[in-house]
Amino acid sequence: MSFLNYLINGLSLGSVYAIIALGYTMVYGIAKMLNFAHGDIIMVGSYIVYSAMSMAGMHPAIAILIAMVGCMVLGVVTERVAYRPLRGASSSLAVLITAIGVSYLLQNIALLVFGADTKAFTSVINWKGITLFDGELQIRGTTIITIAVGLLVLFGLQAFIHRTKSGQAMLAVAQDRGAATLCGIDVNKTIAITFAIGSSLAAVAGVLFCSTYPTITPYIGSMPGIKAFVAAVFGGIGSIPGAMIGGLTLGVIEILSRTYISSQLSEAIVFAILIVVLLVKPTGLLGKRVMEKV
Amino acid sequence: MRILEVNDLTVYYGVIRALKGISFHVEEGEIVALIGANGAGKTTTLHTVSGLIPMTSGSISFDGKDLTKVQGHRLAGLGMAHVPEGRRVFSDMTVLQNLKLGAYSRKNKAETAETLEMVYTRFPRLKERRNQVAGTLSGGEQQMLAIGRALMSRPRLVLMDEPSMGLSPIFVNEIFDIIGTMKADGVTVLLVEQNAKKALSVADRAYILETGSIALSGDAKELMDNEQIRKAYLGE
Repeated sequence: MSFLNYLINGLSLGSVYAIIALGYTMVYGIAKMLNFAHGDIIMVGSYIVYSAMSMAGMHPAIAILIAMVGCMVLGVVTERVAYRPLRGASSSLAVLITAIGVSYLLQNIALLVFGADTKAFTSVINWKGITLFDGELQIRGTTIITIAVGLLVLFGLQAFIHRTKSGQAMLAVAQDRGAATLCGIDVNKTIAITFAIGSSLAAVAGVLFCSTYPTITPYIGSMPGIKAFVAAVFGGIGSIPGAMIGGLTLGVIEILSRTYISSQLSEAIVFAILIVVLLVKPTGLLGKRVMEKV
Repeated sequence: MRILEVNDLTVYYGVIRALKGISFHVEEGEIVALIGANGAGKTTTLHTVSGLIPMTSGSISFDGKDLTKVQGHRLAGLGMAHVPEGRRVFSDMTVLQNLKLGAYSRKNKAETAETLEMVYTRFPRLKERRNQVAGTLSGGEQQMLAIGRALMSRPRLVLMDEPSMGLSPIFVNEIFDIIGTMKADGVTVLLVEQNAKKALSVADRAYILETGSIALSGDAKELMDNEQIRKAYLGE
């Protein structure tokens, strides 16, 4: 029974990774860049919720809404100011390095505003959860809600991409920017929408992450960010179902190896598995082989 | 009426002057061919007209509207469509999704549905394969899809870049038949082709491009009889 419990905890952590990984993978697929500042958007979202709840005394739902809008604006503004001017640059390294710069900028702004000390995050979820099998299996409310939100985000995103005109435009831009332009699609606008969606999802992930691990520092975004990036690569970067599967798998592996093998080695195990997967299937689990045009 | 007018157009690729001040025009209802060897600047011309690459100097006007400051993605809405070289269909998407993206600039759903039926009537094979992923179509079918996608915006002018490239002779004939019927439907066509013989046989007028300049222009039939052209481009 305890195995089942760990498995469920793994799926919960994995859902958080998956939501972050969705942002990574969408931006990579559509804007063709790795946004290394994506993890720090999580941190900004968490601080916004923390400020709104603990300092301004707002209702959690309103705080989350403000965080989502705030992160959306932050994502769109960084894209417009820092990444778009480099889109035509001869080397894709320029935008990658800029993204790392944005990451440090956000961390240092948080350091300046909130200080380096750890803040206690009040969980936004007050539900105690459920008890099954005469108390042998206890599942926390946070865990259940995190998994549910993860699934909701996945299905919502799939519906958006396959059912709406903007979603189809995203797929078109991901495949061929020039041909998309000829169809009348505004590539810049489509990329901005992608950043808006990815960043507001990062805010959601931040809230869920801090509800499970209730402390905030200016650096909390970087580790989940890196792991979500690993999850996106693991599942096949550019693929939305891939990001979801990659995230969940990573979360389960992390929790199970922390429990049964070693808590110190759990992160090393996660990365070792990534290396093995990439050796066997370099495009990740669901990634497509990209054929170079001759 | 001149639907497209290009004046003294110069385009640089880095330090290379790809177009050296070319001027040409297309009248409404015409098929005009741009002919030339590899590297003469045919595709560059079409890409500049479509706003995919910036011009260095000169002017382009479409339907009397100056295109110098118009962004590329606005052209579909203005009535200009472009069938790109190498077809460039969205290969992971279905035929129907590709066609719907062609109508991206149009707001009226009922009209779009009507146009879709029109495209299906013209290309019954696209209708048969509407749920098939575009990447699995044959080269000729992909070319039909690329043309169908362009027609979905109900364009007045269609730019076509090497539509016969890499196709079997049967498909080449079919594609040129389609270009003929487009003219009959009142669509103006600016055609870039390496297959000069086919292009001249379908076109009203033609311009011959040589290393970024227009070397010769005139009536397609007359050019076909021109001794120089026969030697240089028709392989006779």
